[in-house]
Amino acid sequence: MSCKEASRLLSQAMDQDLPLWERVRLRLHLVACDACRNFSRQLEFLRRAVARLVD
Amino acid sequence: MYEGIATSCGIDERCSARSGHNRAVPPNLRDEIEDLRGYLLRYASLQLRNREQAEDAVQETLVAALAAEQSFAGRSNVRTWLTGILKHKIVDTIRRASRERAFESTDGEASIEDLEALFDETGHWREPPQAWPEQALEDKQFLQALEKCLALLPARTGRVFLMREHLGFETADICKELGITPTHCWVLLYRARTALRACLEKGWLGR
Repeated sequence: MSCKEASRLLSQAMDQDLPLWERVRLRLHLVACDACRNFSRQLEFLRRAVARLVD
Repeated sequence: MYEGIATSCGIDERCSARSGHNRAVPPNLRDEIEDLRGYLLRYASLQLRNREQAEDAVQETLVAALAAEQSFAGRSNVRTWLTGILKHKIVDTIRRASRERAFESTDGEASIEDLEALFDETGHWREPPQAWPEQALEDKQFLQALEKCLALLPARTGRVFLMREHLGFETADICKELGITPTHCWVLLYRARTALRACLEKGWLGR
């Protein structure tokens, strides 16, 4: 799996459950890829920040 | 001092409790409501991307708030209360506008060609995402940058992203409200997320 595909799936996983096979492939990619792990954390981070955008 | 719509304090009750709960209804509630008009307008504009719709939503919110002053009693924060009302007005506006098909055409938006440029020929990041400091959620500069970056997103992209991440719509409902396909919806969300994180790394971390 490339970072290009991983990033797309990581975004999609924020909105729906991925099929098992894609989850497994994604996990294998993340184990080996710092950049995509950071990307994944950034998406979670954005979610928390935007949820609390207002006082 | 930064007086943006983004604060380090969320809309949840725990947050209000921290900032002093059970305050009595302020005698100058009307003034306080009127003072918040500018903030409410920015909040609505960010999500609706349409000045006129945003002004209408805020106006309806202020009218509703003034008509229901009593319902404020016992709440701790005027801004939280008004934002709660405005959120509903924004959702109403989105629903109404989508019924009237007032949203712009979708040509070309569903393609991810522009996103391909983030990766090299082998599919690797051209500029690999960095680790962000966890304490940023409490950092005013981060929240300020976030608001700026959100405003820079293309109108529909920003609207879909905030419907999902701020108003809490499920993607299926976003598709239905906006009359777009699920694939289109995911592309818009993917584009919003990649653009936001890149914008924040530049604007906030200065990379």
